[in-house]
Amino acid sequence: MKKHWKASKAFASVNSAGKKVTMSKKIEIDITVPNQTKYLAVIGKIAESLAHSLGYFSDDKLELAYQLNLVLTEAMTNAICHANECDPNKEVKVSLSVADNQLKICVFDQGSGFDIDALSKIEACDTDEGGRGVPIIFKLMDQVEYKKSATGHVLEMLKFLK
Amino acid sequence: MLLNIQEQGEIVKIEVKEERMDAHNSGDLKEQMLQLFDEGKCNLVIDLSAVRFVDSSGLGALVSGFKNASARDGSLKLCSLQPQVRSMFELTRLHRVFEIFISVEEALESF
Repeated sequence: MKKHWKASKAFASVNSAGKKVTMSKKIEIDITVPNQTKYLAVIGKIAESLAHSLGYFSDDKLELAYQLNLVLTEAMTNAICHANECDPNKEVKVSLSVADNQLKICVFDQGSGFDIDALSKIEACDTDEGGRGVPIIFKLMDQVEYKKSATGHVLEMLKFLK
Repeated sequence: MLLNIQEQGEIVKIEVKEERMDAHNSGDLKEQMLQLFDEGKCNLVIDLSAVRFVDSSGLGALVSGFKNASARDGSLKLCSLQPQVRSMFELTRLHRVFEIFISVEEALESF
């Protein structure tokens, strides 16, 4: 597993009026994992840690941590099992970034793509075993886009933090 | 997936001894339940007290057990959900499908 952290320091200073000013904070984490579901837990943990580190957002931390873990788990499961068809020779790349109040999660697969909008509109019946993953992503994120990338497709998900 | 299975008369209690239920391990629970159904055991209580995280695959395994138990005139009941796990059932509206109890004792008594 390759992991790459880029984080700029948050600058807190006191301006001339004596008011504490927090400058913008940027974080970017890029991870590449083999195409195996055993890595879901590791990536989920990283997403949770990231949520807890977002010090200046007033949202419920535990809830945000669970949501990010969930969204990333669902997106990675789609990439590993559906887009990459469980092929052990493929890999999944994940990019997490936070800039100002915007959180962006990208999951890159090496597959030929699928119609995500159609999947998002299917409401799973109470007794359906599958079909809840994509609707969960759409419910919890503010913008979702699935498009072609250089090596396959990328699921781009945005959340505006309050 | 680590499961603690105990038979209490007609009822089988399955304690999920994992922090996470996801696409990596939920298939094990589904298989275990299918084995119990094959043995004619179709009244199940799933104790989720140790589970902190469930994704759609985990929910899918529980729905599979629920459907199979119902089809055999049995039932599958859940107990001891952590608050975040409970929220997941509400998000997917599955709290309307399952009977969910506060404790194992309550779930066992409900049969």
